[in-house]
Amino acid sequence: MRAKQHAEAAQEFIRDEARTDWHDETLWFVRAKRDKAVNTLPEWEKLRDWASQIKNHTLSNLDYYLKSFEEKAISNGIVVHWASDAEDHNRIIHKIIADNKIDKIVKSKSMLTEECHLNEYLQNKGIQILDTDLGEYIVQLRKESPSHIVLPAIHLKRQDVSETFHEHLNTEKGNNDPQYLAGSARHHLRERFIESDLAITGVNFAIAESGSFVVCTNEGNADMGVHSAGIHIACMGIEKLIPKTEHLGVFLRLLARSATGQPITTYSSHFNKPRPGQQMHVVIVDNGRSRQLGRADFRNSLKCIRCAACFNTCPVYRRSGGHSYHSTVAGPIGSILNPNLDMEANSDLPFASTLCGSCSNVCPVKIDIHEQLWKWRQVIVANGYVDKGKKAGMQGMAWVLSNPKVYRMAGKIGRWIMRIFPFILNNSLNVWYKQREMPRAPEKSFRDWFKENK
Amino acid sequence: MGARETILNAVAMNKPDLTELPDIDLSLTIQYTDLIQKFIEMVEAAGGKAYYENSRQQLLNDLAEVKAEGKFMINLLDNRDTEGWKNLNAGELESLDTCYLRAGLGVAENGAMWISERQMSNRLLPFICQHLVIVLNQADIVNNMHQAYQQIDAAEEGFGVFIAGPSKTADIEQNLVIGAHGARSLRVYVI
Repeated sequence: MRAKQHAEAAQEFIRDEARTDWHDETLWFVRAKRDKAVNTLPEWEKLRDWASQIKNHTLSNLDYYLKSFEEKAISNGIVVHWASDAEDHNRIIHKIIADNKIDKIVKSKSMLTEECHLNEYLQNKGIQILDTDLGEYIVQLRKESPSHIVLPAIHLKRQDVSETFHEHLNTEKGNNDPQYLAGSARHHLRERFIESDLAITGVNFAIAESGSFVVCTNEGNADMGVHSAGIHIACMGIEKLIPKTEHLGVFLRLLARSATGQPITTYSSHFNKPRPGQQMHVVIVDNGRSRQLGRADFRNSLKCIRCAACFNTCPVYRRSGGHSYHSTVAGPIGSILNPNLDMEANSDLPFASTLCGSCSNVCPVKIDIHEQLWKWRQVIVANGYVDKGKKAGMQGMAWVLSNPKVYRMAGKIGRWIMRIFPFILNNSLNVWYKQREMPRAPEKSFRDWFKENK
Repeated sequence: MGARETILNAVAMNKPDLTELPDIDLSLTIQYTDLIQKFIEMVEAAGGKAYYENSRQQLLNDLAEVKAEGKFMINLLDNRDTEGWKNLNAGELESLDTCYLRAGLGVAENGAMWISERQMSNRLLPFICQHLVIVLNQADIVNNMHQAYQQIDAAEEGFGVFIAGPSKTADIEQNLVIGAHGARSLRVYVI
């Protein structure tokens, strides 16, 4: 089944105007916190340059760094697995679970496992995974997907959470106090951490020189799971590598400030070796990333550190919600990553933007997001993944705009129609008339005015 | 051909021309005139409570008070009975109320403290306790994360963590709730 296109889904999202305004303002508030944190550091722009250069360098020598990481990790006692695609990734994890006869599994936030649809895959085999990040826990109980990569439940109000918890955790009906609700989840999840046999985490940064990896959380859920369980599986895309430990200094300074406006997350956990008796696995996943690496115009999207600053600043994301992007990674960065995964299914996403460029300005690793959105539009049109009406309209417009005489005539007719027969344009067939008035047509064009007044 | 070779070959074929790593000039990074004051400010901004004036005595009072409450506490400050805690599992540590441990380093720009595996003895301790108490030498505070990574050897032991504040979440309507899954409070004694 084809997912709803961004514009259709967004139309549903904005039906509740008060909620849309709340969503917009809340994300803008996060963006404002980011600005405040960023402005405390005079070297911020320098940090962005360094981060961008480190990531560019890493991508330009990625095969070497992957091999170096693997070699060091193995010598540290970590089992390294390679997965070409989502199916491989899921199969590898299932095998570890099956070989060890595990049935109690906790998972902290990992966008990669969402991208691979790990939960559904295991569910079909009768294995239940519990998401432990509070936001992910909430959306999992509601059988939804995260709508934001850092704030998974940002589309929900406290009343929604209260109802969900009342139904599943038997909390007091109508108690909407966030402290009470989070406390109830803490109480419930603690038991699950303690009895878990296997913990799955994502990876924020993997260090090539040491074979270590770093996981950042505010809640402490990754650590609670991993240090309780006998088996730890960490899943990472090939682009998570950085060459040296000292480079963490640059990235940890950028990540949380860009994401939430915190100077650092509460926990930045550095995993080097399994503890005695523990199994530690790392699954290195490609799933289209090496293909993106070969696209010169789009490869630097692989620098992304998943801070979601581009989501929070995006006027389209803020007023259309994450689910409208029908993908694991929504927002501007998702709109340049997803067409690589499936160009046809995601052909609408690069158009879900005003190309205002705010995303590129806040990006901590200097990805030229808005330029890539524009370039993807061209690739998508060239591949024929654009609807016929839009294509014909664009071709017509190109013809009018490249013929000055036709252009002037069209302008004249347009102004005349708008003045004399406004109903021809002011009706539901005209998408430009939706939710807004058409402008008042001037008597004459600027060109004519200029000729008279120069 | 296995997935490993497929991936490595595709990466080798598709990677762009080699670019250089940047020279990271640390003289361009922020330095604070009063490291201790900035550190304390950032610990508190992260939701922790910091003690500096008369902190040795305050720490003794803290220990005495928690002891008097009779709850399960673990004190790793005097490096004596750390072995005993090493192999306790989550079930055995579930009721841990307060844990005292030393950090090797503090970072002024964000209030984070580095705790190595040796310092925590058991990887669960800083996370599973209800209340975490960290003791830090004032001479071990650095300006920023770059300096922090110069001072510590992050890959030396099996595990290590930077901790800034108690565990927290804002996943319900962006309301800050202290005490998500890890410690519900953090007290820091700068001595």
